[in-house]
Amino acid sequence: MTQQGVRRTAEQVLALAPDSASRAAGSRLGAAGPWSGTGRSGEGAVWGLCEGSGSDPYRTVVDVADASGPAYRCSCPSRSVPCEHAIGLLLLWASGDAGVPRGRAPEWAEGWVAGRRARPERQPAADAPGAPPGPADPEAARRRAERRAERVTAGAAELEQRLTDLLRGGLASAEQSGPGLWEETAARMVDAQAQGLAARVREVGALPGSGPDWPVRLLEECALLHLLGRGWLRRERLPEGLAATVRSRVGLPMPADGPPVRDDWLVLAQYDTADSRLTTRRIWLYGTESDRTALLLSYGAAGRAPELALPVGLALDAELSAYPGAGRARAALGDRFAPAAPTAVRPAGTTTARALARYGDALRDDPWLESVPVTLDRVIPVPDGDGWQLADAGEDTALPLTPAARARPGLWRLVALSGGAPVRVFGECGHRGFTPLAAWPEGPGEVVPLC
Amino acid sequence: MSRTTADADPSLPDTWEELVTTALLGTDRRTPAGAAPGPRAPLALLDAAALATVRRRAGLRPAPAAPRPERAPEDPRPPLPPAAARRLAMLLADRPGTPGGGRRGAAPDLMELLPQWLAAANARGFAAPPAALPALLDAARGRTDLRPAALRFAGPRALWLARLNPDWRFALRSTGGGPSAPGPHDKDGIRRLWREGLFAERVALLAALRSREPAAARDLLAATWATERAEDRLMFLDSLRTRLSPDDEPFLEQALADRSRNVRATAAELLSSLPGSALAERMAVRAGACVAVDHTGDVPTIAVEAPHECDAGMERDGVVAKAPAGRGERSWWLGQLVEAAPLDSWPRRLGGRTPEEIVALPVADDWQAELHAAWCRAAVRQRNAAWSRALLGEPSAPEAGGPGAVSLAERAQLLGTLEAGERARWVAGFIETHGLSEAFQLLGVCAVPWAAPVGRAVVDALNIARDAGSYPWSFSGVMGLAERCLDPSESGRLDALLAIPDEPENASPGAGGYWSEAFQRLVTTLRLRAAMLTELTPPSP
Repeated sequence: MTQQGVRRTAEQVLALAPDSASRAAGSRLGAAGPWSGTGRSGEGAVWGLCEGSGSDPYRTVVDVADASGPAYRCSCPSRSVPCEHAIGLLLLWASGDAGVPRGRAPEWAEGWVAGRRARPERQPAADAPGAPPGPADPEAARRRAERRAERVTAGAAELEQRLTDLLRGGLASAEQSGPGLWEETAARMVDAQAQGLAARVREVGALPGSGPDWPVRLLEECALLHLLGRGWLRRERLPEGLAATVRSRVGLPMPADGPPVRDDWLVLAQYDTADSRLTTRRIWLYGTESDRTALLLSYGAAGRAPELALPVGLALDAELSAYPGAGRARAALGDRFAPAAPTAVRPAGTTTARALARYGDALRDDPWLESVPVTLDRVIPVPDGDGWQLADAGEDTALPLTPAARARPGLWRLVALSGGAPVRVFGECGHRGFTPLAAWPEGPGEVVPLC
Repeated sequence: MSRTTADADPSLPDTWEELVTTALLGTDRRTPAGAAPGPRAPLALLDAAALATVRRRAGLRPAPAAPRPERAPEDPRPPLPPAAARRLAMLLADRPGTPGGGRRGAAPDLMELLPQWLAAANARGFAAPPAALPALLDAARGRTDLRPAALRFAGPRALWLARLNPDWRFALRSTGGGPSAPGPHDKDGIRRLWREGLFAERVALLAALRSREPAAARDLLAATWATERAEDRLMFLDSLRTRLSPDDEPFLEQALADRSRNVRATAAELLSSLPGSALAERMAVRAGACVAVDHTGDVPTIAVEAPHECDAGMERDGVVAKAPAGRGERSWWLGQLVEAAPLDSWPRRLGGRTPEEIVALPVADDWQAELHAAWCRAAVRQRNAAWSRALLGEPSAPEAGGPGAVSLAERAQLLGTLEAGERARWVAGFIETHGLSEAFQLLGVCAVPWAAPVGRAVVDALNIARDAGSYPWSFSGVMGLAERCLDPSESGRLDALLAIPDEPENASPGAGGYWSEAFQRLVTTLRLRAAMLTELTPPSP
């Protein structure tokens, strides 16, 4: 790992920030003013001293050569990772060579970087969150897995019982009973080590009374929860692909054991969703050779940005391994062979009708799928009453945007980019509609992130 | 997904509705179709609902397309160089309301640089990147001072966008570019909008037309003048300030007889800014009758005999008869006559003296303040540089910094009539003698970036203020101006100021550190501005 880290553009640096406050604070620090003793080494370390409110300046060092994304260390008291000083330092570096000259790292920076790199290389598969350590004793591991499966089975049976009770009394009563019932059910699923079921139950609990057609959505989600529970209880009778999908949907940890696929992966989109416990980062990649779209998931504790961050618009030469489960796009990032570099390749696009057909097809392998990644070619954002849709330029058909997509500022970037003309749009297409995540103008031009 | 999409199986909707109704009521009250009542009924319902849900989702079809919006007009300007586009994104990302606290620290205030960036981009004629338009419109929405430059840079596509988002309606008002705004050659459209438009649309139309074709705007106004309401007449008349010329005199003379006193006063004011007008000539005669050189004493002295009455002719020419509380009537009338009289008439009247010689003459009986103040107002109104120069005097004169006859605001206005280089030399001389505490208003009228003498004077004065031991925030106004207005090429001269000096005994505690931080920010901001301008300058081929 001796390659020099890739210098990022200012936006790419700002995209690393965990929240808007550190983004703003970091961009204020991205100029020479408060910095002294800055420098960078040929091995990809960047360091500097930043004047803060204390008597001693903060010591900030970033290791940009790590394939899984930059690593940070700063003596400031901030709990955000990266902190505003690390972002400021990278911005300073991004702004040109004058701010961060080539040089020898001071001891405090050198020591940390050397210490980090001395740690043994981790296996890509073991990098995946929740993956079990390699089995030391296969027999013990088998017994553990069996015990866990038994607990999940008990949880699924209990869930079936609760759904049965609900349907016997009627969904109309669900609005009165409040969220407590669902929280309790979710807690039981956590006890049963079925995180996937627990997360679905929590989402179902938010539905009663949530808008005009809530009984329809509640029935749909209860039915799919029932389908998942039944799928688990009869998993031995399912085809292997579907059984793997059920295991993963229920929440059993599974290693990304697909064969590594090396490609130039174009980073299409990166966005975070957060709840009180966890920040989930989704990164969509497009294989420019294989014409495949893959999803990387990474997690951070609440308030912290997940470690993996990839610059939208660049392509990286790397290996990806798929997670098991039929028809699903999730993969794990393995070895990276070269720094991310610009590319003119765009994903091939399709029509709105074919996009929906693709979603329908994917449901055959995974009936619980909310959406599939799709690139639409030659669509025009069109206002439609209170909402928006993407209309095919050549046909009289359109996909409505999801309510979440309508509320994002990215919608207006998309409309501005189009100006009433056709654009190419990548996004997630499902039963709620289309969520645009990235777009390209009709002529030449770089990707515009929409999330 | 919109339920306008059709399901694959026409029999399914009925089944689905039936399932939802049963689920709402509960299987204890209603048995699902095709299932036996009893403990298995809920499971049969869930099975059927699961099947129906997946079928519904798998069978989704696209919705019919809504009417497409018109295409945005083409923007013929060249796109920004990539580095400048990235810089714009950073400037726009630095929104106010982000945490920072009171003291500003050593980091530059990016949002404050946006106006300059926009001015430079507009001067070079670049087009805005379409994806940046929403952030630009949001910035312009929050800051009215940014609007003209931001909207000009944003270009035609931003107006197209503003029609789709009510948050950005201001853009349509600000540019008069509503959907109905007629083009410059659409004579019928212009007349129709003038007849039927809302007041704001009519003001915008008149202003736009006046800047292109002054006579056409005046004719448009004259056509409906008699039927306009008094407040509206006042606003419309004000538009004639733009490109005012002797051709406007007949119309303005007519307005001198207006029913509304405010309209009459505005018409008179405009006429008196035309030194060749008949009104200006009448005022010269009246003012001249009040002011004469008295040679009876040891030195020639100006004797003043203020008017004894405000006759109907004076009132018709815009003189306000009633003095405000606390002012003598006669001096009130005198001030108005002198203010409206052409300055070129005074050398003739006062023995062929130059403006400098006239201003230097002693004035009898305490009339000097009144007379000089009226000449100042006249010099500003008639944009007369020779008289402004005479009235400003030497910047290093003791009275230039004192409370004298001429207030700082008036001095700033007088400076505005001088050309930029002379203005800069005068302000620099003022700061060298009188320091910074009075300089803020004067600096505001200097051209940006500051000419070398102004920049040098400000930096030297800041340095002196630091050595005097005060805190930098006493000078935060000037500091902020310096960050935005100093020529970036001066940043090298500031390096010596960045070190934290030893604290002299009488200094405020910690002041040295804060000064070093303030200079740090100044230097950083200047470097940033230099980088900004370089990025906007395309490499020569």
